[in-house]
Amino acid sequence: MSELRQIAFYGKGGIGKSTTSQNTLAALAEMGQKILIVGCDPKADSTRLILHAKAQDTVLHLAAEAGSVEDLELEDVLKVGFGNIRCVESGGPEPGVGCAGRGVITSINFLEENGAYDGVDYVSYDVLGDVVCGGFAMPIRENKAQEIYIVMSGEMMAMYAANNISKGILKYANTGGVRLGGLICNERQTDKELELATALAGKLGTQLIHFVPRDNIVQHAELRRMTVIEYAPESKQADEYRQLAKKIHENKGKGVIPTPISMEELEDLLMEFGIMKKEDESIVGKAMGAA
Amino acid sequence: MSLDDTKQSNQALIDEVLEAYPEKSAKKRKKHLNVYEEGKSDCGVKSNIKSIPGVMTIRGCAYAGSKGVVWGPIKDMIHISHGPVGCGQYSWASRRNYYVGVTGVNSFGTMQFTSDFQEKDIVFGGDKKLEKLIDEIEDLFPLNKGISVQSECPIGLIGDDIEAVARKKGKEYGKTIVPVRCEGFRGVSQSLGHHIANDAVRDWVFEKTGPKAEFESTPYDVAIIGDYNIGGDAWSSRILLEEMGLRVIAQWSGDGSLAEMENTPKAKLNVLHCYRSMNYISRYMEEKYGIPWTEYNFFGPSQIEASLRTIASFFDDTIKANAEKVIAKYKPLAEAVIAKYKERLAGKKVMLYVGGLRPRHVMDAYADLGMEVVGTGYEFAHGDDYQRTTHYVKDGTLIYDDVTAYELEKFVEAIKPDLVGSGIKEKYVFQKMGVPFRQMHSWDYSGPYHGYDGFAIFARDMDLAINNPVWGLTKSPF
Repeated sequence: MSELRQIAFYGKGGIGKSTTSQNTLAALAEMGQKILIVGCDPKADSTRLILHAKAQDTVLHLAAEAGSVEDLELEDVLKVGFGNIRCVESGGPEPGVGCAGRGVITSINFLEENGAYDGVDYVSYDVLGDVVCGGFAMPIRENKAQEIYIVMSGEMMAMYAANNISKGILKYANTGGVRLGGLICNERQTDKELELATALAGKLGTQLIHFVPRDNIVQHAELRRMTVIEYAPESKQADEYRQLAKKIHENKGKGVIPTPISMEELEDLLMEFGIMKKEDESIVGKAMGAA
Repeated sequence: MSLDDTKQSNQALIDEVLEAYPEKSAKKRKKHLNVYEEGKSDCGVKSNIKSIPGVMTIRGCAYAGSKGVVWGPIKDMIHISHGPVGCGQYSWASRRNYYVGVTGVNSFGTMQFTSDFQEKDIVFGGDKKLEKLIDEIEDLFPLNKGISVQSECPIGLIGDDIEAVARKKGKEYGKTIVPVRCEGFRGVSQSLGHHIANDAVRDWVFEKTGPKAEFESTPYDVAIIGDYNIGGDAWSSRILLEEMGLRVIAQWSGDGSLAEMENTPKAKLNVLHCYRSMNYISRYMEEKYGIPWTEYNFFGPSQIEASLRTIASFFDDTIKANAEKVIAKYKPLAEAVIAKYKERLAGKKVMLYVGGLRPRHVMDAYADLGMEVVGTGYEFAHGDDYQRTTHYVKDGTLIYDDVTAYELEKFVEAIKPDLVGSGIKEKYVFQKMGVPFRQMHSWDYSGPYHGYDGFAIFARDMDLAINNPVWGLTKSPF
């Protein structure tokens, strides 16, 4: 067995993190890698395409039922799906109550202490869109993910999010070993998307590791709760994910400490590509007809 | 030592102590240490500011201020320490608030109730657990008159809606349920907890339930505010007011009940002992119900006499005459105490470091015994406390606000007082230094110290500490 690699997928909510990560990991499994997915989103939808399940029983819900997390066995929470990929969902409270961030910490500690990481080549964390508190930063702290892959698109807010996540990585890069592995652009068919994503990657000091084209076959697979790799292994889209998987596999140890940019620089970049118009300060705060 | 010499050596001592700190810390701590100059309007120290990192401060937290001080002593309510078990466990019955009642039946002062948060309660929220806990309390202790929910830190962090639980369960059981947002991380000391607890009385007692319909007023109704009945203090105070012809309709909150609290808006005068912890609600009652309030001090005969006259001045001539009668009645007792102990205690020097009111209030009780307070300071005072202190403090007294363990140790080492009065955390440090010590929060498991009866005990205790032969038997190994 080779040395354990821990990676994590971050990105703005709704960008397609879970879809991208599951397809890529399915492709890695095809390559013979033994994989563990740790879903760190209270919605618990990080493993549905691998398990063909609506939602997996989560560590935290099972722990709450059993009394405490100490009452759980690893077998209770670990499910095996496509390509022998092991799947765990951290889970969390209903929206608006409790502390989901603490839930992530609890779950990851449980998994580590109970040997969930033994005998696997890859651990992949799929994390909630925004790093809203320390709990969601858990996977990028010391001795967790070595490389972060940020899923983004040519949309402005997705790029803001990518820049913010880079700031989080920078913070922990100095105390631990976490690095930015690269940006994954999940195509939204916005203007000059590839160029913009490449330019942002350059500014952040990293690479656009792959540009995943938009293809409706992903939807078809999703409706069947399957990855494209499993649903249509011969398809062009499946090959795209295989390429991404290969690149990630070969990217070992090549992560960088990101160089996040300021808000102004980011806006300049958007203007450079004609996405954003130069701000006309004279109209700010003026109601219609007042100007 | 002449007065000027004392001032000079105290100032030199402050400078010396500050040398131990890094520059930034020294600059901050300097503002909290001073030598009192007679005639100044305050003690010349900053207060109610965050303690600096790295020092050992003696302060508590907002939860301590609410649960430990203000709410905890209300005997017929059950006070839930809401959160992990430690806060409730380690504050359990530690303030010696005496009460009359059958514990576990109609009174709950020495019991500990906690929601004992586990990891899952943090992750999923604790509101359901709180509801269940309230149900269990109603099952097991149906004679409780109400419940308060004392928030520990995690409640505020995870954003539990304890107000909604309180409203729901209060309605269900037809009882007063008070949510208190006294999370320990709020504010710089226990002081904010007092304020939050006072506000909770306003919002969840006064605004929700009024005085009992059957309450019959008299012109002489007073409420004791800010006496926590440590070792029975409120009892030895109450009898003096009653002997004056006043009717004490409430004790806040030592040996107090929810009904007393509810009836307090009917008082003609609120008499306030611990200004720091209960001035807020006194001011509110003044604004809302027009009840005047007056501070008083029942430590030592000279202050008791002055206070009885002040309180009487709010009432008619009968009460004023009665006050004189009470003073005359107890004079022989006070004189006997002084006659017995003064020669054993005269000239002894005391250093104090306590909480809300005692760093100033007890000074004259020592003076009555011929003793002198040469250094004093508060854990969590505000500017108005240091103004009030000038009424008592002597020229040249060393003043230390939010003193650090290091500073206090150095000050005592240099000044060599005959007695240190402070808390349990300080006790053994100074006793090991060979300095007699009395706990002035808990009265060292003695008391009461308030009132004339309390003064006799106070004098005896100070004598026991200072003139204990054990101090002559210790030998330094160095």
